[in-house]
Amino acid sequence: MSLTLEIAVTHIRGRLRQTLVSILGVTMGVGFAIAMAALMQGSQDDFVSTLVDAMPHVQITDERREAPVQPADIAFGAVEWHGLRPKEDIRGILNPTAALAALEAWDPGAVSAALSLSGVARYGGTERGVTVFGVTPKDMIAVSTIEDDMTAGALTDLDGAGFAAVIGERLADRLGIEMGDSFDLTVANERSRRIKVVGLFRTGVVATDEGLIYVRLKVAQTLSGRQNAINDIQIRLADANAARMVAARAEAMLGYKAVSWQEANESLLEALQIRNIIMYTVVAAILVVAGFGIFNIVSIITHEKARDIAILKSLGFRQSDIRGIFLAEGALMGGIGGILGSALGYGLTWGLGNVRFELEQATEITNLPVTYDVLHYVIASGLALLTAGIAGYLPARKAARGNPVDIIRGAT
Amino acid sequence: MAVLLETEKVTRVLPGTVPVTLVEDIDLTIGDGEFVAITGPSGSGKSSLLYLLGLLDMPTEGEVRFRGKPTHDLSEEERAAIRLSGIGFIFQFHFLLAEFSALENVMIPMRRLGRIDRREMEARAADILERLGLRDHLRKRPDQLSGGQRQRVAVARALANDPPLILADEPTGSLDSHSSEQVFEILRGIVEEDGKSVVAVTHDLDMAARMGRGIHLVDGRIVSDGPAVAHLSPQLS
Ligand SMILES: Nc1ncnc2c1ncn2[C@@H]1O[C@H](COP(=O)(O)OP(=O)(O)OP(=O)(O)O)[C@@H](O)[C@H]1O
Ligand SMILES: [Mg+2]
Repeated sequence: MSLTLEIAVTHIRGRLRQTLVSILGVTMGVGFAIAMAALMQGSQDDFVSTLVDAMPHVQITDERREAPVQPADIAFGAVEWHGLRPKEDIRGILNPTAALAALEAWDPGAVSAALSLSGVARYGGTERGVTVFGVTPKDMIAVSTIEDDMTAGALTDLDGAGFAAVIGERLADRLGIEMGDSFDLTVANERSRRIKVVGLFRTGVVATDEGLIYVRLKVAQTLSGRQNAINDIQIRLADANAARMVAARAEAMLGYKAVSWQEANESLLEALQIRNIIMYTVVAAILVVAGFGIFNIVSIITHEKARDIAILKSLGFRQSDIRGIFLAEGALMGGIGGILGSALGYGLTWGLGNVRFELEQATEITNLPVTYDVLHYVIASGLALLTAGIAGYLPARKAARGNPVDIIRGAT
Repeated sequence: MAVLLETEKVTRVLPGTVPVTLVEDIDLTIGDGEFVAITGPSGSGKSSLLYLLGLLDMPTEGEVRFRGKPTHDLSEEERAAIRLSGIGFIFQFHFLLAEFSALENVMIPMRRLGRIDRREMEARAADILERLGLRDHLRKRPDQLSGGQRQRVAVARALANDPPLILADEPTGSLDSHSSEQVFEILRGIVEEDGKSVVAVTHDLDMAARMGRGIHLVDGRIVSDGPAVAHLSPQLS
């Protein structure tokens, strides 16, 4: 063992009880920090994965990010214009065949092309505004969880069923229709059609369950009188985290706005980020409090050992040697506390992860979602070591700077 | 006789609202193999001078040279390095580390210097302690030793890195006459057999008279410096 460490250990041994209390402080701090991080990260991961699962990873629509350049700008170099009727935009992704072919060649993941329209559904005297989503069933299934949400029939029942639709349960309730019934659907100014209900779904999202109708892509195109048109491409990736990159590339490739799930949920993710910042602040605060304990005990030891410090200096120890001794004491306490705290944190996390409870609504038994992430252990122990190091360094520096002559004089 | 330590017009003033002059205008040359007594009334600056000679303290004016090398512009680390291998300190109180055995205490300066391996250090430390009559006490901690034995361990620790200069501040001041005599003989042996220089502050005039050279301080100034017997003059009593 190095001399520095050996002297540090003798100091700690001489103050064993206080030292153990300090170590215990660090242990608790690290342990609870890890358990808290595991719980927060766990619930966040759980939440995000539910979120990501329920939505397209990348959605390309027929919008452009920049407002379209108006002919007036080009013709007259106008800086601003008022009261001018802008050029009518025929909505839809231009040249959809080429766009889809390009995506297919790139193959970022499962791709589903759709035509999304607003329409009005009527049955009896009831009328409701709806979103009509024209899809290719097998493609839509590949990019979404719609299969899991079906309560009657299947999305693939649309295939070969002519003018048929899969609608939300709530919409069916509102209209007062059931499986097998038919209702009238009008899109834009086109002719109304009778549509037969071949499937029902419930996602749990009210707006969707009340206002979404799936039809075949061809049906949507016929309803709107826009053959071959699509205005919505959804992509599902094997790795959801690649969505930003894929969206950026798709946008550059096609020229249309491509939104990753992260962008679509920016404010939500920001809120989670803030939650994390709050969490780490609390963790840091806990460890700073633990650091006070270490600061305290190392300060006591430097005072107690003032004579030893002076004599070591007279023997030829440098200030940095003296600093090293007390820094080592702080680091030892922080390090031991970090190791014990990691064990405690693991135990707490395990315990929390095994708490079983029944949600009132759901029938299934759930566990608290926890995450075991090495990073949490590294961060918590690292912070503990850092605060302990600082807590040891401050008194160490003071002790090392002192003039040995004053102490030797005072002692004789 | 090679010059070991030299001071030139060394003055040490403690700053403050009322500055205190500890020592003033000290011109001193100490060669190898000298046995020097520093005497003087209490508060005359003997300890202060010793700290300056040992580079533990810095003069406010003047210069201390160790082996001809000026020390005033050395860094704290360089001065520590000179102390480590060039100077051994002995104080009135032993100042041993309470948690370490006699042997371990003696090994501390060796380990800091790190010139020889652990086994050699142990053998050498044991050797020194045996020479000082502590053969049976190597593994004892300071609280298991008598005052005289502790002080001998402190002497052994000062000798650990074989420094050419030993500075002692009333090394026998807290010992009974028997132990004092023992320690004195050891110091004499260090000078006469090992050729080291020993500069010792003492209140014991008989002891001072038996050393080779006497420096007498009054009010921070050297009033006499010469062969030991010379300053056994009435002014002392
Ligand atoms: N920190 C200090 N503040 C004020 N005065 C001091 C301080 N340190 C020493 N002195 C004074 O400096 C003078 C020299 O002190 P020093 O300890 O060198 O004397 P000394 O000869 O060793 O005395 P003694 O024989 O009692 O040990 C004394 O008058 C002492 O009071
Ligand atoms: Mg003194």
